[in-house]
Amino acid sequence: MSLAEELERLEAIVRQLEADDVDLDAALALFEEGVRRLRVAREQLGAAEAKVQAVLEDAGGSLRLGDLDV
Amino acid sequence: MTDLFIAPARAGVFPDDEVWTVSELNETVRALVQDNLPPFWIRGEVNELRAYASGHWYFSLKDADAKVRCCMWKQANARVGKPPSDGTEIYAQVRSDFYPARGEFQLIVLTLLPTAALGQHMLELERVKQALAADGLFDPARKRPLPRYAGTIALVTSPDGAALRDLVTVARRRWPAARLLLVPTRVQGAEAEGELVRALGLVNRLEQAELCIVGRGGGSRDDLAVFNSEAVCRAMAQVRVPTISAVGHETDVSLCDFVADYRAPTPSAAMEAAVADVREVTAAVDQLAARLAGSLTLRTRLARERLARAGDRMQCAVESVVSTRRTLIEKLAVQLDALSPLRVLERGYAVARDADGRVLRRRADFRPGAPFRLRVADGDVGARVEPA
Repeated sequence: MSLAEELERLEAIVRQLEADDVDLDAALALFEEGVRRLRVAREQLGAAEAKVQAVLEDAGGSLRLGDLDV
Repeated sequence: MTDLFIAPARAGVFPDDEVWTVSELNETVRALVQDNLPPFWIRGEVNELRAYASGHWYFSLKDADAKVRCCMWKQANARVGKPPSDGTEIYAQVRSDFYPARGEFQLIVLTLLPTAALGQHMLELERVKQALAADGLFDPARKRPLPRYAGTIALVTSPDGAALRDLVTVARRRWPAARLLLVPTRVQGAEAEGELVRALGLVNRLEQAELCIVGRGGGSRDDLAVFNSEAVCRAMAQVRVPTISAVGHETDVSLCDFVADYRAPTPSAAMEAAVADVREVTAAVDQLAARLAGSLTLRTRLARERLARAGDRMQCAVESVVSTRRTLIEKLAVQLDALSPLRVLERGYAVARDADGRVLRRRADFRPGAPFRLRVADGDVGARVEPA
């Protein structure tokens, strides 16, 4: 799931819980999913440093990625 | 003789409304000329140029057999610099005009290019522009929105240029989760056109790419010329992910800019537009976390009251964390987890539910002798209400 999708789902969960018409079991499940998604989002936001790679095409036409020092 | 002219008028042969005044004629001709001839390029030799104190230039353009009056307003000629000397061959972009006071046809010069070589360059630019416009490549309806949180971004630029350094610097500052894939290409010189077309084609083979930035740093008009190439513009239009063009400085505009989904004035600005700011997104996530906690407060009010009575210090700590919206999501998530009803169950509380899974909240929900299930921390237990 992309970060955009994670955050959209999280937003939907919060809205559902705030609406107050979910029964306890469902609320419980939603809450736990919310906590899980918060963790995933946080992990993505906490990535160390933007990675830079060069795309190289060999003689046969296939692509490979090489490291690049910028 | 006089009678011959006066007599028919008296007889009503020339009623007033069918006789034109000179002014009416000239105004009509002017409207015809202005409305029906769109701006065009003309080539000719400058003749009898006079630069007036007002700043406007008046001259003629001529070739071996014909001559036309021209006027170039101060605002337009300011970009040219010195007026061209008589006899110089120029290219001029003009619109047609008719000067009623003298009944003279004239050209209003919009752009003037004093050398033939430069003129040819501009003519080629104009040709490419028309060809691309005809195929709808500048159509605003073609523009695609940029992804909100682009993760993998293809960079079509030179591995040695300042543009790459700027792109990487901004990405690292704003969005450390970004992954940048450089598709190296020359961006000036004879080889640049072919290499750029090939590089843009290569982007379409990068499955991970969500966005493509094409650009280079500032340079002379010749340095940037390849970004006006028809082949490069068409290759750009074929890129399957949204594109951002970033060619030169703020004031440089190339045809690629019009084909791209988004035009950035510089490579740095391109990356600013490409990725979100991690601090802004973090703040948004914090807010969602706070709301998540708030929604749960409602759900677990009863349990929380009990916990509060039990003097659970942790509960107070969590509430203070939530209310002050601490920015560290990780901490918040851990605390939120502690708020979970499951944790409440772990502390020895249980939820009673009937066979259909409905929560039994009140005494009346328990019918004497009826079976029900108790949800405790590690699962369900069967139970039955004592007979009355």
